[in-house]
Amino acid sequence: MATTVVMEALSPTMEEGRLVEWKKQEGDKVAVGDVIAEVETDKAVMELVARAAGTLLKQVVAAGATVPVSNPVAIIGEPGEATDAPGAPKPEPPKSEAPRAEAPKPDAAPASAGKTPSREGETGASAPAGSAAPAEVAAPAAAPAATPATAPSPARPAAGPGRPEPAPVPAAGAGNGGTRVKASPLARKIAADRGLDLQGVAGSGPAGRIVERDLANLSAQAAAQAGPAAVPAFVPAGSATPHEDVPLTQIRKTIARRLAQSIGPIPTFYLTTEIDMERVTEAREALNALGEGKVSFNDITMKATALALRQHRACNAWWQDDHIRYWNDVHLAMAVAVQDGLITPVIRYADQKSLRQIAAEAKDLAGRARDRRLKPDEYTGGTFSVSNLGMLDIDEFTAVINPPEAGILAIGRIAERAVVHDGELTSRRRMRVTMSCDHRVIDGATGAQFLKTLKAMLENPLALVW
Amino acid sequence: MAVITYRDALNQALREELKRDPDVFLMGEEVAEYNGAYKVSRGMLEEFGPMRVVDTPIAELGFAGLGVGAAMVGLRPVIEMMTWNFALLAIDQIVNAAAKVRYMSGGQVGCPIVFRGPGGAALQLGAQHSQSFESWYAHVPGLKVVMPGTPADAKGLLKSAIRDDNPVVFIEGEMLYNTKGEVPDGEYTTPLGVAEIKRPGADVTLVCHAKTVTVALKAAEQLAGEGVDAEVVDLRTIRPLDTETVLSSVARTHRCVVVEEGWPFAGIGAQLVDTVQREIFDELDAPILRVTAADVPMPYNKLLERAAKADVPKVVSAVKQVLYLEASA
Repeated sequence: MATTVVMEALSPTMEEGRLVEWKKQEGDKVAVGDVIAEVETDKAVMELVARAAGTLLKQVVAAGATVPVSNPVAIIGEPGEATDAPGAPKPEPPKSEAPRAEAPKPDAAPASAGKTPSREGETGASAPAGSAAPAEVAAPAAAPAATPATAPSPARPAAGPGRPEPAPVPAAGAGNGGTRVKASPLARKIAADRGLDLQGVAGSGPAGRIVERDLANLSAQAAAQAGPAAVPAFVPAGSATPHEDVPLTQIRKTIARRLAQSIGPIPTFYLTTEIDMERVTEAREALNALGEGKVSFNDITMKATALALRQHRACNAWWQDDHIRYWNDVHLAMAVAVQDGLITPVIRYADQKSLRQIAAEAKDLAGRARDRRLKPDEYTGGTFSVSNLGMLDIDEFTAVINPPEAGILAIGRIAERAVVHDGELTSRRRMRVTMSCDHRVIDGATGAQFLKTLKAMLENPLALVW
Repeated sequence: MAVITYRDALNQALREELKRDPDVFLMGEEVAEYNGAYKVSRGMLEEFGPMRVVDTPIAELGFAGLGVGAAMVGLRPVIEMMTWNFALLAIDQIVNAAAKVRYMSGGQVGCPIVFRGPGGAALQLGAQHSQSFESWYAHVPGLKVVMPGTPADAKGLLKSAIRDDNPVVFIEGEMLYNTKGEVPDGEYTTPLGVAEIKRPGADVTLVCHAKTVTVALKAAEQLAGEGVDAEVVDLRTIRPLDTETVLSSVARTHRCVVVEEGWPFAGIGAQLVDTVQREIFDELDAPILRVTAADVPMPYNKLLERAAKADVPKVVSAVKQVLYLEASA
C-alpha cells in the first residue's frame, strides 16, 4: 500500500519547510529511517526520513519548493502502484466491501457481521466494533494527516545526554501550549530510569509516538558525539527533579502586573559591573600552555556564569505567567551570530561540566549553528543566556532577554584600563558585563548578588574548581 | 522419541488411561464400532470392550448428562463430542451441571469428567461447523479449558485432564489430527495450566494456542529471515491461564501479538491484553495487537474462508506493526 510522505514539523515552531535537496530519486529503494530529503526549517537544515519502506514512487514537489507542514512531498510504495492523488495515500477501495455485500441482510446477520466491514480479519480485534468502522471506510480520501503512517512527527531523535525540558524557546506569543508527550509505556519507563525528559525527543512511531528505539538512538548518538572530541563522556549527576514550580505570591503578582505596565511585555532592568580579568588571563594562558586544547575567555565566563547560577537559583528561572519555574540545573544558552540572524544553542548541565567539556561543546555547537545544522532540541530549553560581543570591540551593551528565561548576560570586551588597584593607579585588564533581568522574576538585589558571585569567581578563578 | 500423529498421540493417552484406571471410560457418537469419527479411538472397542468404549445415540445433551452423572458417583468419563459445534446442544450439562456441581454441593460431590473433541475451522465446512468456542468455556468458573497444539502436548495434556478432579473441556484441532511430531517414550503427563515457550526470541512475543501454534511458528520462521526474532508462547491451557509465562516473555520482548482461531470480540486475546497491559504496562513499547478470525460467520467460499482466517501473513504484518516497521492497519 502506498504511503504518502508529508512535510513534517521538524522544529517546534515550524509551519512550512523548503525542500532543499532530494536525497532519494524516483525509483530508489528506501528503508524506514532513510533520509529522503533535506528540508530547511525556520531554524536549521534538517533531514526528512522515511516512515515506510518500499520504493520512492514519486517526488510530489520539486527541490526548492516550500511546503506547508503535513502537505505531501513524496509517495513510497511498491513499483507499479498508483501514485496519483497525493492527498489520498490509500487510493484502493476498501476491500472488505465484498464480504459485507455477500452477507445476509444486515438485520438478519448475527450481531456485527455488517458492522465491521473494514478489517477483513487482519488483526481483526483492533477494530473498534460499531459505528466507528463505517466512518473508517469512508475516510481514505481525507487529509493525509489523518493517516497514522503519514502523520507529521518530529524528526529523528537527537543528541545530548540527559535533556531537560526544551520547550519551544523564544517565539514570543507562542504561548504555553505544552502538548502531551506521546510515548510508549516502555519509553516512559526507560526515560524515568535514566532521568531523561521526553519533552522534545522526536518520536518515530505513529503520530510521533516516542518508542524504545528512539531512546536507543539517542544514547548511541550521544556516545558517538562524545567519542571524537576526546572529552570524557559527561553523565549529569541529575537533580532529583529538573525544576521546582513556585506559585506566585500576591506581591509577586502585583510586581509582575505593575512592572509589565511600565515597560513592555518584559519589564527589564539592567545591572552592569566591571570585572578584573588579570588572573583569568593568567589562568587561561597557563591552561592553554598545557597543549590539551584551547579555552577561550568566553568559555571561562560561561563556566563561571553557570556556577554562579547554581548558587543563585533565583536567576536560573523561567517566567511562566502563573508561576515561576526555578531550574535545578543550569542549561546555558549562548547567542551565536549566524547569517541573517542569531540562534542560541544550549549547553546542558553547564554547571556540572568541566571547562574542557564546555569549550569542546561550545565550539561544536557554534560551528554547527553557523552551518545551520542544529537540531531543535539543541537550541531550546535554555535556562539562562549569555551573549558576547567582546570580540567585536564592544565595551558594554544590553542584551534582550530570551523568554521564558529571566535573564541574559551581555559580555563586553576585555580592555586594559587605568584603575586604582591596591591603592595604586595602574593598568589592568577589565571586562564589563551587563545583566538584563526580567523584574517579574529577578529583583535588583537578587541580580546584583548573582553578579557579585560571578565577579568574585572570575577575579579568583580558582573558585571555578572550588 | 517416536514421531507419531496428533491423532495417535490422543489414542495412546486414552488407551494408557483406560488401562491404568478402571474408572475411566470413553463415550460418544461413533467412538466404538466406527473407531471414532476422526479415528482417535481406533482399536479401543476391541481392546476394552463395550462397557468401557460406549457408542451413543445422536443426543449430545443426553450423553453429556450421563457422563456428568457417572462422574458425580465416582467414575472418570471421557465424553467425545464429534465436534465442539455439536456440543452446543450439551452446553447446559457442561456449564450448568459439570461446572457447578462441586461448588453447589459445598464440595461434597465432584465431577472429574473430560469433554473432548475437535474445535476450530477445518476446510470449507461452512459457518455452522467452523467455530472456535474456547472463549465460551473459558468464561465459566469451574471449567478447565485445554487446547494442545502438538502431538506431545496432546498426549500429556489429555492424560492430565483425565486425572484431574475437575471438569475439563479439551478442545483438539481438527486440522491437527494428521500433523506429526515427536512424542516422549514411556509414561509422562503434561501439567495443566502451564504454557510453553515453543520458540525463544527477543523482539516480540507471539501468544498462541492449538492450531495457531503452527501459524505462529511459521510466521516466526519467516520473520527470522527478515531479522526479527520472535518468541512463540503456546498457552496449552486456556484456563487456568499461565499468565506468568506470558508476562515474563512480554517483559523481555516489550511487544506482543496474540494469535487465535476464534472471533475477536471477547476472545482469548482480549483476556490476555487485559492481563498484560494491567500487570506490565510499563514494559510495553507498542499496543498489543491481535490476529483473529474475521468477525463474521465463517464463509464457505474457499477464498473468502482463507481471507477470514488467522494466517501467517497477518501475523507477520501485526508483528511489523508492533515493531513500528510497518504502519498500523
